[in-house]
This record gives sequence, C-alpha cells and structure tokens, in this order.
Amino acid sequence: MSSDQPILALRGVSKRYGGVRALEDVDFESRRGSIHAVLGENGAGKSTLIKIASGVVQPDEGSMTLDGAPVRFASPSAANAAGVVCIFQELSLMPDLSVADNISAAHPPRRFGLIDQRVQRRRAEELLARIGCEDVNPLMRVRDLPLSRRQMVEIAKALGKAPKVLILDEATSALTHADVETIYRVLEELKASGLSILYISHRMHEIEALCDRLSVFRNGRHISTFDKGAHNPEQIVEMMIGREIAAQYPQKVLRPRPPAYLSIKGLAWENRLKGIDLSVGKGEIVGLGGLDGQGQKELLLALFGVLAGTSGDISLDGKKVSIPSPTAAKAADKRIALIPEDRKTEGLMLPMSIGDNLVAASLSRISNGLFLDAGKERAAIEAGIQRLQIKIGAASDAVSTLSGGNQQKVVIAKWLMTEPEVILLNDPTRGIDVGTKQEIYKLLRDLAAQGAAVLFYSTDYDELIGCCDRVAVMYDGKIQRELEGEAINEKNIISASLNIAAPASEAA
Amino acid sequence: MPSDLSLRIRQNAPFIGAIALFAVFYVFYNMFHPKGFSTQVLVQNSNEVFSLALVAMAQTVPVLMGGLDLSVGAVMTMVNCLASNLVSGTPLQIVFGIVVSLLAGTAFGFLNGVIVVYGRIQSIIATLATGAIAIGIALLLREKPGGDVDADLNWALTNSVVDFCETYGLFEDGKAAWLQPVAWIPVPLILLVLIALLVWVPFRRTVTGRTIYAIGSSEGAAYMSGLPIARAKIAAFTLSGFFAGCAGLFLAIQTSSGNADIPQAGAYTLNSIAAVVIGGTSLLGGVGTAIGSIFGAMILRVISFNFRIFEIDPLLQPLFEGVILLGAVCIGALGILRIKNRLELFR
Amino acid sequence: MSDASLSTRGVLRVKPENRPLLISGLFVLAILAVGSAYTLATQGSMPLLTPNYLLLQLQIGAFLGIVAAGMMLVILIGHIDLSVPWTLTAAAMMATAVGGPAAIPVGLGIGLLVGIMNGLGVAYLRIPSMIFTLGVNAVMRGLMVYHTGGFAPQTAATDTMRFLASDHVLGVPVAILVWVALSVVVALMLKRTSFGRALYAIGNREAAAYLAGIPTRQVIIIAFALCGLCAGLAGVLLAGYSTKAYQGMGDAYVLPAIAAVVIGGTHILGGRGRYLGTLIGVILIVLLNSVLSIMQMPEAGRQIIYGCVIIGMLLAYGRNARVHG
Repeated sequence: MSSDQPILALRGVSKRYGGVRALEDVDFESRRGSIHAVLGENGAGKSTLIKIASGVVQPDEGSMTLDGAPVRFASPSAANAAGVVCIFQELSLMPDLSVADNISAAHPPRRFGLIDQRVQRRRAEELLARIGCEDVNPLMRVRDLPLSRRQMVEIAKALGKAPKVLILDEATSALTHADVETIYRVLEELKASGLSILYISHRMHEIEALCDRLSVFRNGRHISTFDKGAHNPEQIVEMMIGREIAAQYPQKVLRPRPPAYLSIKGLAWENRLKGIDLSVGKGEIVGLGGLDGQGQKELLLALFGVLAGTSGDISLDGKKVSIPSPTAAKAADKRIALIPEDRKTEGLMLPMSIGDNLVAASLSRISNGLFLDAGKERAAIEAGIQRLQIKIGAASDAVSTLSGGNQQKVVIAKWLMTEPEVILLNDPTRGIDVGTKQEIYKLLRDLAAQGAAVLFYSTDYDELIGCCDRVAVMYDGKIQRELEGEAINEKNIISASLNIAAPASEAA
Repeated sequence: MPSDLSLRIRQNAPFIGAIALFAVFYVFYNMFHPKGFSTQVLVQNSNEVFSLALVAMAQTVPVLMGGLDLSVGAVMTMVNCLASNLVSGTPLQIVFGIVVSLLAGTAFGFLNGVIVVYGRIQSIIATLATGAIAIGIALLLREKPGGDVDADLNWALTNSVVDFCETYGLFEDGKAAWLQPVAWIPVPLILLVLIALLVWVPFRRTVTGRTIYAIGSSEGAAYMSGLPIARAKIAAFTLSGFFAGCAGLFLAIQTSSGNADIPQAGAYTLNSIAAVVIGGTSLLGGVGTAIGSIFGAMILRVISFNFRIFEIDPLLQPLFEGVILLGAVCIGALGILRIKNRLELFR
Repeated sequence: MSDASLSTRGVLRVKPENRPLLISGLFVLAILAVGSAYTLATQGSMPLLTPNYLLLQLQIGAFLGIVAAGMMLVILIGHIDLSVPWTLTAAAMMATAVGGPAAIPVGLGIGLLVGIMNGLGVAYLRIPSMIFTLGVNAVMRGLMVYHTGGFAPQTAATDTMRFLASDHVLGVPVAILVWVALSVVVALMLKRTSFGRALYAIGNREAAAYLAGIPTRQVIIIAFALCGLCAGLAGVLLAGYSTKAYQGMGDAYVLPAIAAVVIGGTHILGGRGRYLGTLIGVILIVLLNSVLSIMQMPEAGRQIIYGCVIIGMLLAYGRNARVHG
C-alpha cells in the first residue's frame, strides 16, 4: 500500500522562460504505490513540472530528491537511468524504425558490441503482451501502426525502462476505449507493486476513476494536494481557475429544428466512410460522437475537400456542391471552415507571428487588388484578437510563445475572419484548459445564434451532451443513431457508440 | 498479423527493386557484349564502378539523417591528390601513404560533423562550403594532374584475385587449388564487399548506427528516447569521409595519378545523390541502406555500359542518361498517386 | 519576448531577421577595405573604390543576382533548383540559335517551361526537388549536347541581347538596370502580395498552409516557374555578354547562387529570409571573387577562402535553434 515516505520530492523549484514564470517556488511530493493526478489549466505549470522531473529541462532554482537522495537530471536519459520515466503523447517514437527498435531504443540488448536483434524482439514481445498488444508484430514500422497502437508502443517502451516513478502526460487521449481500460488495469497493477505514478489529464472522469491523490496547480504555483474525495469536481475546477465557475455550458436554445443548410447524402470514401446521411441547419450545433476511429475525422476532412475519391452528394442551401480542395471549401460561394485536429502541425505555422497566422486564410480579404493592404491587415488582426480575447504580448510575437488554449484561439480567429457559413471542428478542446474551453463553448453557441451551421467532433461526451442540439453517433463509417433534445445523454451515446440498441424505455 | 517475411519484403521494397533493376540491366549488357560474361569484362566494369559506389555509400550516411553531404566528390578528389603524392616508394612508405590518405578523408568527414553539430549549421550548406575547402586543399596538393603511385599496387588492385596473388607472391602465385573457385573475382569487387561487410553492416547494428536512422526519422523523438544525437551525427559524417577517402585512394591507385578536377568532383557528388535515391534511400531520412546505394551506383554505370554496346550515338547518351534518371525517380514516386487523404502527402 | 532579448550577448540590438543583413553588409565593406589596402600597397592607388570598378562588378553580379533571385523563391518554400545550370545554357543556346526578335522570348520561354515542369514534379508527384531538378538538369544537358553536337554553337547573340548585357545607358550598364527591375518586382512580391505571404507560409509548414486554404500546388509551380524564368533570363543575358553561348556556361552559377541566398540570411530549409539579404549576398560573392583575383590568389586559395567565408558568416548569424530542450 502507499507508504508515507515520498519517493520523488521537489522543494522550492522555480523556472522562468524569458519573462514568464512557469513555476514559482513549488513544493511537490509523490508517494510510492499511488496514482497521483496533477491538475491545472494550460500555463499552470504542470508540463514544466514534469519536464523538470523527467530531465527535459532544468530548474532555475530549487532542489529535487529521489528516494531521499538529491538528484538533478541533465537529460531524459539521466532521468530514465534513475528510474523516472515519462510517457508523452507519441513524442518519443521514431516512425521509420520498427516497434522492437523503438522499445529498446537507447539501451538495446547487445552481443559483441552489436545489437542483438533476437533478444530485442523477445523483449518487445514480452512488454507488448503485458499491455495486451500481442497482435503487434515487433518488426512492423511504427509509421504503419494506427495512432492508438503507437501510443501503446510508447507505453510499452516506458514500462521497459523499469521505472520507479512513471509520469503520464495526456497519454491516454489517443487510445481506443478498449486500450484505455487495459492501461487502467496496468496502472493499478503498477500501483500495487509500489510504483509512484503521476497522471496528467484534463478528463475528470478518468482522474476520478484512477487517482488516489490529486494536486492542483495554478499560475505556476502549487495550490493544494489532497486525497480523492476531499473535494468535489466543481471545487476542484474552482481551484484550477481560481474563481467561481458559472454553469459550464452555455444555455441551449430550445426551438424547432431549422431547415437543413448543409446536407450530406450517401457520402462514402475508401472503407472509412460507408454512406453518411446527415444534415446541419443554420443555427444548429451538431456533434459527432462515437468511439475513436469510426470515421468522424474523415467525415470532416471530406467536407473540407481534403479527401480524394469521395462519392455521394454534398449540398449547401439545396444546391449540390463539389469540394475538391480546402481552397474550394473556403471559397466565397461555400465558406466552409475547418479547425483541424493538431493545432501545432495543421492549424498554425509556429515560427511565424501571431498576426501572420491570423490572416493566413484571409489574404484576399486584406488585399487591395494585387497588393496586401497594411491598414486592412492591422485592423483584421486587432479585430481577431479582440473577438476571442486572445492573451498575447504583441502581434509580432511568434505564435509558438502562446499557451495551448491561446494557440487554439488563434486558429479559430483565423477562420472566423473568413466569415464562414459552415464551421467544422475536429476535437477543438483537446488538451485545453478549463477556462478556455468554456470560452470556446460560449463562442460556438454565439456563432450558431448568428446563423452558422456548426458540426463538431469531440471525444468528450460531456461536451457533446452540454453543447449540442443534436448528436450523430458514428460506428464503422456510418451514422449509427441521431439523438436530439432530451435523448442526448450518456447512456444513449455510449450504447450507440458500441452499436448496441438502446434499452426500450429510456427517459433522460 | 502479417508474417515476418512479408513485412521485411514490403519494408525493403525499394532496395529489392534496385537489386532487381541492376540484375536486369547487367544481364542484358552481358548478353549483347561480344565478350559478355567473361572475367575481362567483369574486371573492367568493377574498376569503373568502385569509386562511384564508394562515394554513393559516403552520401548515404548523411542522407539517412535527413541531411546531405555536398563535399563527398571534393573529399574524394582531395584524397586522390594526397594519395598521388604519398602512395609510392618502399612498402613501408606505401602502407603509410594508404593509411594517411584514409585518415585524411576520415578526418575531413569528422570536421564536417563538428561544423554541423557544434556550429549548428544545416549540412547541405556546411558541406557546400567545406567542399570548396577540400577542392582548395586538393589544388594545393596537386596543382596540375600528375603524381606517382606504385605500379604493383596499381596492377594488383585493378585486376582479379589471381593477379593480386601473383603480384605479391601469395598462395603459390595465385595458382593454389583451393583458390581457383574465387580466383577470377575482380579485386575491386572484393574490396567493395569487404568494406560493406566489415564496415557498414556492423556499424548499422550499433546504437550509433541506429541513432542515425532515428535522427532521420524524427530527431525530436530520438532526443526524448535518450539517443546520443551529437555523437551519431559526427560519426555519420566521419564515416562518410572515410568512404569518400576510400574512393579517392582507389582512384589514385587506378589512374596512378592525382587530378584536382573540379567538374569531376561535382559530377561525382551529384551522381552520388542520384545513386542514393535509385538505391532506395529516402532523401527525407530514416529509410534506406548504403548497400542499396552501391546498387544505385552500379545501375548508373551499367546504363552507360549499355550505351557502349549498342553504339548509341555518343551525342544521345547524356540525353538517355538524363531521361532514365528522371524516369526512375518518377516511377518511384507513383505510389503517391494512390494516396487519397491529401494531408498524408505532407510529411 | 522582445526583439532585443533574442540577439546574443546584446552587442547589437538588431532584430534577428536583420542581423544577417548587417553582418554581410559589413563584410562587403571589409572586403573592399582589404582589397583597397592591397592595391594601395602594391599600386599606390585604390581602383576598387572608383565608380567604374563598382559598376563593372555590379554588371558581372547581375547574372548571378538574377539566378539568385529565382533561387531564393524556391528555397523559401523549402525546396531547391539544381536544374539552373542547363536551363540557363539551354535558354542561351536556343536564343542564339533562333536569333532575331524571337530570340529573347524563346530563351525566356524555355526557362519558364522547365520551371513549370519542375513545379509539376515537385507539387504533384511530390518528388524531392533536389533529385527531380537534378534529373531535369541531366535531361536538359542531354538535349543540348544532342542539339549542338557537343560543340559551342556558332550562332551569335542578337543585338538586343548584347544591348541588355553589355551596353550602358547614361553611364550605367543596362544589365544592372535589368537586375534592379527584377529585384524591385521580387522584393515587392515577397513583402506585399499574398503570393509572397503564401511562400513563407508553405516554407514554414506546408500542411497548415494547405489547410488554411492556400492553393499550395499552384504556388509551388509558380515559384519554380519563376526560378526557371530567372535562369532563362540570366542565360539570355550571359549569351549577350559573351556574344555567344557555350557548353557548361551555367555550371558556375548554381552553387554560388545558393550560397548567396543563404549568406543573405534566408534559411536553407525555407520559411524566412529577406530579399535584400540575397542582394547583399550576391554582391559579397562577386566582390570577394574580384578582390581575390586582383590579389592574384591562386584557385586553391580562392576555394578555401570562399568556403571559410560561408561557414564564418553562418556561424556569425546565430545558429539554428536547438531542436530540443
């Protein structure tokens, strides 16, 4: 069981990036045999905390002890050697190398100085079996695995380092539900064997299911550490954002269903979309639900012109349209916008300035004939920043300096500048702090009220329940069930996701 | 679950394709050659292939890391000129000359690595600059073509095993019975195989070698995995310099002279890039092997051999070479057309 | 994050994108100074500082400058064009072969066509530009070798070509005027048009540019087309300068063009750089060459100095950001 002696302890740790205080005089402890949640908004300091603990960055002040002995990790490999291992979201896998190579990357079994492939492969098979992934052939290239399997390989790799302290940073967000259950089981086993596990996630239900201790950070400071059950979720969120929260989701508008603006009939693509029929009206927020990988992302990409070889009909306002590319989707006669899945690699040009990113989709709007109009550009940038209340230093700063939530706001602002009629969002609040999430929910409702047709995919069914007028649950490339009004609840969503007929008499 | 063998084949498809292409071209060539399938032709061919194959191996290593080495041709030329000054005289002097020449190439490669890693300059532009420096050194060593290389060495290394043994009085002057099955093999081929087996294959199996692939695949992930990035980068360029040095040394022995030929250096460098691509290594890094580049070099050379046989108008040869190169590159890329999700086109 | 905090050791509070311009500009002056010191010591005069000399250098630099202008566009999107040598040569040879009023349009047309072909291969087939343009270069060489029979073509450059390359207007070489006109167009395009903005976006992250609705394929094709056009223009002018075309006339231009672009502060992987930097880079290389030949530096020394200068300047610009940490 958990002993009271901390295994990892930080005292007085501070870290500054330029003028920004990422961590300020933080004391933190984690115990053996415990799954310890680290909570906080983006910019609260949790990522810096674990980067320091796992050797990715060094603190400016303060000390760290492991098992009572003072330590200072100059690099991730130093931390690993000491037994502190961190699992990121797919950040440490080399796509072109095999699974076996990746799992034993830095310290492979050797014979006569050369890597022993056979022993390495056996090692990979053992570790994969431990997390229920026997079906993964260790010879496969990581690139050829689906996202969820890649994350499992990352976890297997971490387990192979025989950690004393295991840190998971949003490590389950890419996993299928089945894999998530497996990982919960593995984590419980590790906890029972005395490991200290630090768990960072924005998903409250995960934290409630797994963790026995919770720590809240805010603005770089450690606010409080307590056992599970000491506070209820609302209190915890208040600690995280430092103020009383209003109802989390904006009020839904109760009114009859508006006529269809965006109409999809029989949309099919490869074997990922198998005949989708869906409509979204102006002023509606329609959500896409279901298990991961059932075609939700592909549907959004198809509507935005990214997929080649689609069949079926898409109509806007009754007229059939063809959408061969994002350039066409954005065009004035269609005005479709997509907030993509990965803001860092698909939504933003990170080294470029905030201003440049904001106008990237509206270059023709800020032009005067052949040339860009500096005045129009400036006005557009300021308007964008204002509208979404983006917290920045100067518009000429690189967008990489912003926090995750603010970066996502830049992506959204970029698209709002094109005055879209149809807004598609691909999991827009993933990895974003609670405060910004609420702002985004309110924004979506406002946009719908102003007449946009909103279609968004979310992996968080609380969000779907709270935000959407209708939810279309997808399964295996088709819409399994459409839920409306009071039928939008957890039981219905889950049963539709799992392709089970909902129980007959199901009131809200 | 796909079987191991099918996985291996699929993963190495470009490499296997290169071997197959070479086999087809070479058999074709020998079929139409009046003296085809003879040792004489094989010896002549191996001599013509060796230097380019080694320069292609040199180019492969930085390319695997997602970079490029524009100095390989220049380093070859530099070592060529150095060797033309040193590899003659007493046996001790000859051995000394060989060792120093190889060391020079290796050291220059090491210098490239240091500049790229600690200067934090992109390899393509750093090696563009160091290539100029190497050519300058070559000119200092040999302002005009000339020089002298030991005649015995020249004969021994550019013919078959039996000639090598005869020159140095080994194995009953090459007539030993057990030697006969391999006596016909050209020495350059043996050298090529030895270098590939004794240097490249083991290197690839070390952590440093694997790190080179890792860096090409995802440098950030390689760092997070605790792989020795700086060490691997420097090792990559050093190995590249060694291979380029081997090419230069052989060129000196083969031609018995040194020549600071700038256009030739440039041609070797550009051809090495083509050989690397044809051999199945991706310019984006992370995928490929130096042995594939050997076959890529051989394919390039065999194409020009074929021109000789068919007495193609020499004026048309460059055009054919260009079209074949461009065609090969395009065919390799046709897999792109199957991709239906355009986001996947952006790596 | 203020701009000043990004400069190392606060010696010069200059924006990071302008540091290369300052350093290369100073180096140009340094080269002139060293050269003048040499001529002062050996001849007792400073011909390097006369307008005649400087104009002559700029005239020679115009050819490299035109090639570098096109090359910069391609490097900005993270690509490279190794087909410049034989595109240039082909344009020159065909222009002189055709002669008459059609000469220059033919030359430019060849450059444009080759550029479009490059763009198609890179944008649609997604073949790495390094190897595709290498292949195109080989094909152009093949075509020209066949066409000319391996000899230098005997046809002469037209009067217009010679005018543009060698003549003077009001004391200023026309070649310089052509270069200036091109420079104005390129600089304006990069800074003030959406096409220019698209170039930087694609060079920074093509996926994000694509998803922002930028027509990435078209932009790539146009960039390569313009690079080919510049190579063609340079070929036409060079033929005018030498009054005829000759084998291998383009070989000496591609690596120095890349060097000039990089010395000027454009990142070799694309996404950032100012055209003014490319201009200064070209001038630097031309002056360096000239001063070294005045000092009668043998080829060996020239190559070594050239290489050291490039590395020295890149080291001075502040190196790449660390990938990690």
